[in-house]
Order: sequence, then structure tokens, then C-alpha cells
Amino acid sequence: MSDMHATPSAAIAEQDVEFWMKEDHHPANGTLLGFWIYLMSDCLIFACLFATYGVLGRSYAGGPSGADLFDLPLVAVNTTMLLLSSITYGFAVLEMQKDRKGTMMAWLIITGLFGAAFLGIELWEFSHLIHEGAGPQRSAFLSSFFTLVGTHGLHVTFGIIWLITLLFQVGRLGLTPANKRRIMCLSMFWHFLDVVWIGVFTFVYLMGSLP
Amino acid sequence: MNMPDLAKLIFGRLTIEAIPYHEPILIGTFIAVAIGGIALLTLITRAKLWGYLWSEWFTSIDHKKIGIMYMVLGIVMLLRGFSDAIMMRAQQAIAFNGNPGFLPPHHYDQIFTAHGVIMIFFVAMPLVTGLMNYVVPLQIGARDVAFPFLNNFSFWMTVAGAMLVMASLFVGEFARTGWLAYPPLSGLAQSPDVGVDYYIWSLQVAGVGTTLSGINLLATIVKMRAPGMTMMKMPVFTWTSLLTNVLIVAAFPVLTAVLALLALDRYAGTNFFTNDFGGNAMMYVNLIWIWGHPEVYILVLPVFGVFSEVVATFSRKRLFGYASMVYATVVIAVLSYLVWLHHFFTMGSGASVNSFFGITTMIISIPTGAKIFNWLFTMYRGRIKFDVPMLWTVGFMVTFVIGGMTGVMLAVPPADFLLHNSLFLIAHFHNVIIGGVIFGLFAGINYWFPKAFGYRLDEFWGKCSFWFWLVGFWVAFTPLYVLGFMGVTRRMNHFEDPSLQIWFQIAAFGAFLVALGIGSFLIQLWVSYKRRDQLRDVTGDPWHGRTLEWSTSSPPPAYNFAFTPVIHDNDAWWDMKERNARRRLEGYLPIHMPKNTGAGVILAGISFVFGFAMIWHMFLVAGIAFVALVATAIGHTFNYKRDYYIPADVVARTEAARTEELAAHV
Amino acid sequence: MSAQIDSHGAHGAHDDHHDDGVGHSTLKGYMMGFFLAVVLTAIPFWLVMEKVIPNTQTLAVVLLTFAAIQIVVHMIYFLHMNPRSEGGWNMLALIFTLVIVVITLAGSIWVMFHLNSNMMPGMSHQMTEQQVKNLP
Repeated sequence: MSDMHATPSAAIAEQDVEFWMKEDHHPANGTLLGFWIYLMSDCLIFACLFATYGVLGRSYAGGPSGADLFDLPLVAVNTTMLLLSSITYGFAVLEMQKDRKGTMMAWLIITGLFGAAFLGIELWEFSHLIHEGAGPQRSAFLSSFFTLVGTHGLHVTFGIIWLITLLFQVGRLGLTPANKRRIMCLSMFWHFLDVVWIGVFTFVYLMGSLP
Repeated sequence: MNMPDLAKLIFGRLTIEAIPYHEPILIGTFIAVAIGGIALLTLITRAKLWGYLWSEWFTSIDHKKIGIMYMVLGIVMLLRGFSDAIMMRAQQAIAFNGNPGFLPPHHYDQIFTAHGVIMIFFVAMPLVTGLMNYVVPLQIGARDVAFPFLNNFSFWMTVAGAMLVMASLFVGEFARTGWLAYPPLSGLAQSPDVGVDYYIWSLQVAGVGTTLSGINLLATIVKMRAPGMTMMKMPVFTWTSLLTNVLIVAAFPVLTAVLALLALDRYAGTNFFTNDFGGNAMMYVNLIWIWGHPEVYILVLPVFGVFSEVVATFSRKRLFGYASMVYATVVIAVLSYLVWLHHFFTMGSGASVNSFFGITTMIISIPTGAKIFNWLFTMYRGRIKFDVPMLWTVGFMVTFVIGGMTGVMLAVPPADFLLHNSLFLIAHFHNVIIGGVIFGLFAGINYWFPKAFGYRLDEFWGKCSFWFWLVGFWVAFTPLYVLGFMGVTRRMNHFEDPSLQIWFQIAAFGAFLVALGIGSFLIQLWVSYKRRDQLRDVTGDPWHGRTLEWSTSSPPPAYNFAFTPVIHDNDAWWDMKERNARRRLEGYLPIHMPKNTGAGVILAGISFVFGFAMIWHMFLVAGIAFVALVATAIGHTFNYKRDYYIPADVVARTEAARTEELAAHV
Repeated sequence: MSAQIDSHGAHGAHDDHHDDGVGHSTLKGYMMGFFLAVVLTAIPFWLVMEKVIPNTQTLAVVLLTFAAIQIVVHMIYFLHMNPRSEGGWNMLALIFTLVIVVITLAGSIWVMFHLNSNMMPGMSHQMTEQQVKNLP
């Protein structure tokens, strides 16, 4: 018998020591931690893109530089959109904590609209640049610019798709624990994109505008 | 729209010319694979196994079954990767004195690329992940991983990546760039065909799986340890798995990013790594090695854990220096991010950069050395039993130390200027990867096989396999060290200097011995299956083990543990045995378990189609596949009913059967 | 406990009291964070658009400092980072990631800068004697 291997001499039979739990054991839910770890790995994708921009960001290949191209007032407006969407998501979370489904969904919709506005402005900026002949193929600087900013935009796009999915799920099933957890995951995702954007507007737009 | 346009819209650049019907070797392989495949499929169909396979294995979210499927994938791909190796050895042994050999450069270059890619990504990674998947939840007293569905999905993504590599054999061709596909060679101008695209998409698809499984196991180890198992009471294999998964999560995104940039260069005409418009090919080399060096430790850390378990078990002693083992692992994990430039000292970053990375590289050998001493001290005055896992461990210690020392030689930048890209380097990294990772995996397979299947592996064929591998390895790679010192470079398909031939012939003989080792391993599996009644182990603890996985039956029930264990010591099971802990035989409760799902297979299948379509520029198909992928993923999130309860009486019956078996055994 | 539904297939949902991060947010926290974020965004834009600091290098350092502070603000007020959430694992993961990010960024830039100045000295400026000595 497997538990008879021990020699009697070594046995220190302590009757009061429990080796197996009597009651049902449920490990803590790992979703929020797991999602946070995912965000950390995503953060490293951005780190690579930032590093690439850092190395290639001044390789203009005779083409336009950041100082020639960047429209800082537009970037400021765009940043405002993202910041506003962050605080409105915060309001949605506060409503969720109070279990107010209707207002929570309203705030989520507003958040999505700000996100969509951000994307719209970014796409307009991209198409404007490409029209001017400053597309991603023009130079290594522009390749890394479009890729870094575009990857962020792609994340925002998926965030909006996720947000719409969540609206349906909350609408159908209400604020169940599972749905609350999903709302918190998307909250982390959304605020994380905000943090990445701080890096983008500082490192790419503001510092790229310097001579 | 006329026919050619329509065909182009649907098939992209895929034409009938992509099938290599004019290459006899490939046709031969294809016929063999087709016959074998059809035979296998017929067999499964005739035995009416499809339903069983689908519901019990493919859709299973049981970490044990997924672990076993990872191992099967790794072993199958090992055969493919090794046949590449033996073809290269044969080619280099005969291609002298004007004899072109049997592999033209165009084919030879694909083979060495495929060999590297397959051995790292589709042999070593699945085998390592499989072991971790199988063992870690058992060692920490959990019933499954933190995200069981993700686990299934990760596995199938790895399979989809492997299938893309395999597809390149018969549809189109693989990259001719070496296993890391450096630009500008891998750029559009030098490699306009589909080879590099196969490379990119197979690794991207498999990379998703690897990253997710890393996140999954991390959350599992952090969140799901049994009560009482503090961090410093975790088994060493769990510790090394934890650090491995930290490295996976922190390294694979870098690979994803850099391959995405290469893909953009090839698909969108950007200029990251091109020679003009400001691109910089060395940035690719820099980034890919930021992934590449941690990857080495991703492979080797888990097997360090395996050796720690094996040494302690077969020496009948507590592992020497548990805490130092843990700290050494942590230090290795952090330092592995500070050494990447030693892979390209010759790039020309200059003396200051090179000396920094040379020194960090030498420093990283210190914690590794500490581990070797810990294992030696564990064996010292132990009652060592030389079962097959222990043989592999001792073989590892001898082989790996030598490989490590040649690594320190390469860490000296001036020496590296001579040895860079020479066969010395090839010998070095095979010395650590075969001598470390492969030996460790075989130790692990032999050690945990009885847990997974309820019977031990055959001893005789296991020993054959070990000795053929060990001797074969040294016969195959010692000549490469010698040739490297002579300045012979890697990736050549023929040589002019006839004095070199004898070394290549010896190396080819070594490869043949390794082939016998692999053959013995397969025979070992077969013979053990045939003799399973004699080799049966009903105790669940055939080696007199120390950690929790040996406390349950072999194979463990779906729920692993009827009662969650409570941990009082690092060697939890040893502690239980020492203190005569009695199995609890009543008070069973219903057990909460996740439900099987086919979503993982479907998502990975669509990913395969997406990857294949991107490779062949079938952008219409790729677009449809992508939309389908997103839609299926979203659809899956609407499934909230993902778990069920195993009723208490089922648990009671299962445990009663085990009680009976144990009683009959005594 | 009922057959509880669970979004990510983990074991049960009656453990929601473990979910740190859910109960920590307050309106005050969000408003504070938002206010700080606006200020910390506006100042760098103003500095660059009005060319307040003529020295480029000084300006770059100032900009990066503001970014770093703002990232910390977002982490605390929006992502509710604190040393206790998830038993400290969130913080540990974050710190480790930051270390790797710094290594990747600074390392790449350092390595590639040296490469460019050694191997393409003519591209930016004249080759100095020191660089000639430093050639591989």
C-alpha cells in the first residue's frame, strides 16, 4: 500500500496533523492576475516597438521628419479623447460597484464613443500623411512611426469590439460575478492602453517634433 | 472577371507549380507520409476511435491529457527534425572531391533551417511544455490549471504552427535563411518566395499558444497551490517551471513583435530591416536575440527541475541546498536578459559593449555551476539507484558541464571573433541542448511515464537508448569541435578540402548511433506497452518519490486528488509517508471540474487556414478566416456554462477501486 | 454552492471576495487621477508647442520625467496598483516587466548607437581617433 512505505522507526505519528482537507477547497480565481500578466506581455510588444522607434526614429532617408509632419494640436485633441474615455470608464466601474446596470452601460457606451473618436482622428491623420507622400514605406522613421501608433490603434479597435461584446453580455445576463470580472479586465486593458499612449505622445510626437 | 483573375483572387500565388513533384526525395517522403497517414486514418476509422479521440482527447481540458498530447507532438516532430539532421550529416560526409552529394544547396538550406526551427519550437518546446503541463498541477496539489480552456487552445495553436511547417514540405518550400531568418537575406528582395512566410506564420501561430500557456501556468502556480505550500515549500520542478513561464511571458512577445516587423517588411513594404530607406538589418538581430537568449533558458530551466527531482528521488535524500537552487534559478532567469549580445559580438558594437556582454555571460555560468554542485552533493553519500532516469541525469552532468565550458570560451569576445559561425559553435549549442534539454526530457519521460500510464518503461531498451544517445552524441559532435577550431563554418553543403572528410564521416556515424538511440526509445515504448502487465505499478509511487504527484494513483483520476492535500514540508509526500499519513476513505464531496470544449480545436484550425492563406497571398481567404476567428472567439465568450460537478458517489467509487487495488497489491 | 457560472473556466465564482481591485475604486480617486493626468499632459504639450525650453536635451529629459510621473499616476489611480493587490503578485509582475522594458529599450538603443558610430562613422560625423581605436 502506497502509504505504508515509511519505516515504523521513522514514523512520528502526529495524530493532530491534517494531511488532507475535509472541506471543499476552492483556489482563488486567477482571472484578474492572469489578465494582468497578459497585459505585461503585451507591454513588452510595445517595448520592442518603442525600441525600434528609438533606434530608427531619426532615419529619415531624405524624407520628412517628425518636426515636418506632426500636427501637435491634433495630437492634443486625440490625447484628450483617450483621457476622457479613461475617466468615463472609471465612472462605469463605479456604477458597476453599485450594481446599477443601466447607468453602467451608458457610461460604457460613452467610453466606446470617445474611443471611436480617437480612432477616427488617428485614421484621418494616417490618411493625411499617406496623401502627403509620407506613408510607412517612405523611410524607416515612418515605418516605425506607423507601426507603433498603428499597433496602439489596433488595440483600441479590439478594445471597442470587446466593449460592444460586453454590452450584449451584460444586457442579457446582468451584472453577474463573471461579467463583473470581464468588466474589470476590460478596464485594465483600457487604462493600460492609456499608459501606452503616454509613451507614444511623449516619445514619438513631442520628442519627435524636437529638432 | 476572367478565370486567371478569379484564380488569383482565391489562390493568391499558389499554383500547381508549388507542389515539388520534380524533387524525388520530397516525392518519396510525400508518398511515405501519405501511405502512413492513410494507414493510420484507416486504422482509427476501422477501430471506430474518432468519437473517442474527439471527446476524450482533442476537446479535453484535462491538463494531464493535454500534457500527453504535447509529448506526442514533440516526439513525432523529433522524428521529422532528426531526419533532417541525418540528411545533413550524410550530405556533408559524402560531398567532397567534386561529389555534389544528394542535396543541392537550394534543398540543403531549407533542411538546416527546418531542422533548427523544428527542434527548438516543435520538439523542445512541446516536450518541455508537456512535462510542465502534466506535472505542475499534480505537484502543487491542484485539480487543473487556472484556465483549462486556454490550455487546450494553446496546445492546438502549437499543433497548427507545426502543421504549417510540415505543409511547407509538400506545398511550396521552407525558408533558406537559417533558423532565425536574419534579414536582409530573409527580406523580400533576397527571399521573394514563400519559405520565409511559412517561417513567419508558423512561428506566429505557435507563439500565441506558447505565450498563453505561459500565462496559464504562471497563474496556476501563483494561485492554485494547495494550502500550506508556501513559495519556499514548492517542489524544485515547480519552481523552475514558474521561472520558465516568467521567461516565456516576458520573451515570446519580443519574438512576436520582431516577426511582425519582418512580416510588415515583406507584406507592406515598410523599411525596418531593408538595406535602403534608413532600415537597419542589425536591429532585427538585436531584437530577435532579446527573445533568443531567454529562450535557451526557457528550454533548460524545466529540465534542471527534472534533474533536481530525479537526483533527490534516486539518491533517497532530500535535495541538497534547496534555497540556493531556488535563488540560482531566479538569478539565471534575470541574467538571461542581460547577455543577448554574445550571439553577435562580431556585429561591431565595439569594445565597451562587447566586454559588458562578455562579462554578464561569464557571470551567468556561476549559478548554473552552483546547481551542478547541489546535485553532486545530493548524490554524495546517498543510496543511489541507477534506474534509467538517474542514468540520463548522470550523463547530463558530465555532458552539460563540458558544453557549459565551451560556452564560457565563446563568451570571450576575442575568442568569439575566431569561433563565430564556425562548427565549434554548432558543437557547443548541441552539447548544451542535447546534453541538457534532451537528456533531461528523457529523464523526465522515464521518471513520470509510470505516473501517466500506470506502468514503468522497459529498463533494457531504456538503457540502450541512453547509451546510444550518449555515445552517439559524443561521436557526432566532438569532430565538430575539432573542425570548428580548424575554422570550418556552418551551413555549408559541400567542401573542397579532402582532409576534412574523415571528421564529417565520423560525425555521420555518430548521427547514426543517435538514430539507434531514438529507435531504441521507440522500441522501449512499444515493448513497455506489450509488457505492461509485468511493468504495472499499482501503488502510484514506483520510485518511492518525494513530491505530491506520487501520492495519487497512476494514472491519476480526472480530479487528481479526492481531497486537497495540506502541505507541511517541501517534500510533501515523503513527509506524509514518514508520518504514516493514512488515506482518507470517507467524506467525499462532489468535485467541481471544467467541461470539455471543441472551441480550441476550431480556433486553431481557423488560425491554420489564416496562416496558410497569408503565406500564399490568398488575401480574400485570409480576410474571411480572420473574421471567422474573431467571431468564433467572441461566440465562445457567450458560453458561460463551462463546468460541472463530479458527483460524490463517483468519487467514492473511484477511490474505493483504488483502495481495493492497493490492498490486493500488499 | 450552486453550479456557478464562470467566465474563464476557472473554478467557481463564489470566491469573488478574493478579487482584489474590484472594491478599491472611488469617485474621488478617479477624479484625482483625471485631474493630475490632464495637468501632466498639458504641461509637456505646452512646453513643446510654445518652445519654452530652448535646449533640446534638457527639454527631452523634462518630457520623459513628466511621462514617467504620469504613468505612475495612471497606475495608481486608474489601474489601482498597490503592493497588496493579488497578494503583491501584480506589483511584482509590473516591476519585473519594467526592468525588462528598460533593458530592452536602453539596451537596444545603446547597442545600436555604438554599432552605428563604429560601423557607419561617416553617416553622422567625422571619425575620431577614439573611434578608429574602437573598431572591431
